[in-house]
Amino acid sequence: MAVRYDDVEVGTELPPQAFPVRRVNLVMYAGASGDFNVIHWNERVAKAVGLPNVIAHGMFTMAEACRVVTDWVGDPGAIEEYGVRFTRPVVVPDDDRGASLEVTGRVADKLDGKRVAVDLTARSAGETVLARARAVVRLG
Amino acid sequence: MALDPSFVGRKYAPTPAYEVGREKIREFADAIGDPNPVYRDPEAARSLGYPDVIAPPTFAIVLSMRAGSQVVADPDLGLDYSRVVHGEQRFVYTRPIRAGDRLTVTVSVESIRSAAGNDLLTTRGDIATVDGEPVVTAYSTLVARGTAGG
Repeated sequence: MAVRYDDVEVGTELPPQAFPVRRVNLVMYAGASGDFNVIHWNERVAKAVGLPNVIAHGMFTMAEACRVVTDWVGDPGAIEEYGVRFTRPVVVPDDDRGASLEVTGRVADKLDGKRVAVDLTARSAGETVLARARAVVRLG
Repeated sequence: MALDPSFVGRKYAPTPAYEVGREKIREFADAIGDPNPVYRDPEAARSLGYPDVIAPPTFAIVLSMRAGSQVVADPDLGLDYSRVVHGEQRFVYTRPIRAGDRLTVTVSVESIRSAAGNDLLTTRGDIATVDGEPVVTAYSTLVARGTAGG
């Protein structure tokens, strides 16, 4: 089931995924991560600082996007590097549906040591929310 | 107010040891909605060659963000935290964090620059075991909106 280096090429696409982002996810993430910044759970404060609504933690978005890579490779410990730039917030309305985060990935480069670079895209409500999102992964 | 550029290169003392627990890893995996058994089941982790459950890759932020607050909250730096957003994040792994690890973070100020009227602060957190084994390095860039050149 493990992905083999010899079986992928530049341009190989990873299975895309869509992740729900509801208020409860942000509350859970705040507790688990220790990031209690008010803009991630309090609509009144978020709007007072000019945001359209409560926004997801950037690190929550980064964690979800990473799952496209870890689900593909199987062993999350095979990731050697992972970086993103946060471009736009994921706005999370107070309803039962929340927001959706759509993530795609493709092999951008084959490196030495059976490693590949995977470029990710992450979009929510039609907007790109991560840029320069790239993971370097060791394959079998 | 611009950030004090003399902070570049400043290194802080290692943080007190953080002991990574299985249940904390499970809690974090639940919070990101990731059902991967390698985060929960020691047997699943062992089948991949790990001595105990491993943490999701971005779990490192739990340690590095806490450690980075030493810099961010330093009044001499001049960072207006009410204007701060997370600009970039990067992790470079030597190995995954796992249950049972006792980890310290050594934070240093990697760079300070201005771009488009914003101040950008990049910190580096070297996460290692208390015995000195490197585990992961976290680079965090914080952006203070509209504070440069004031």
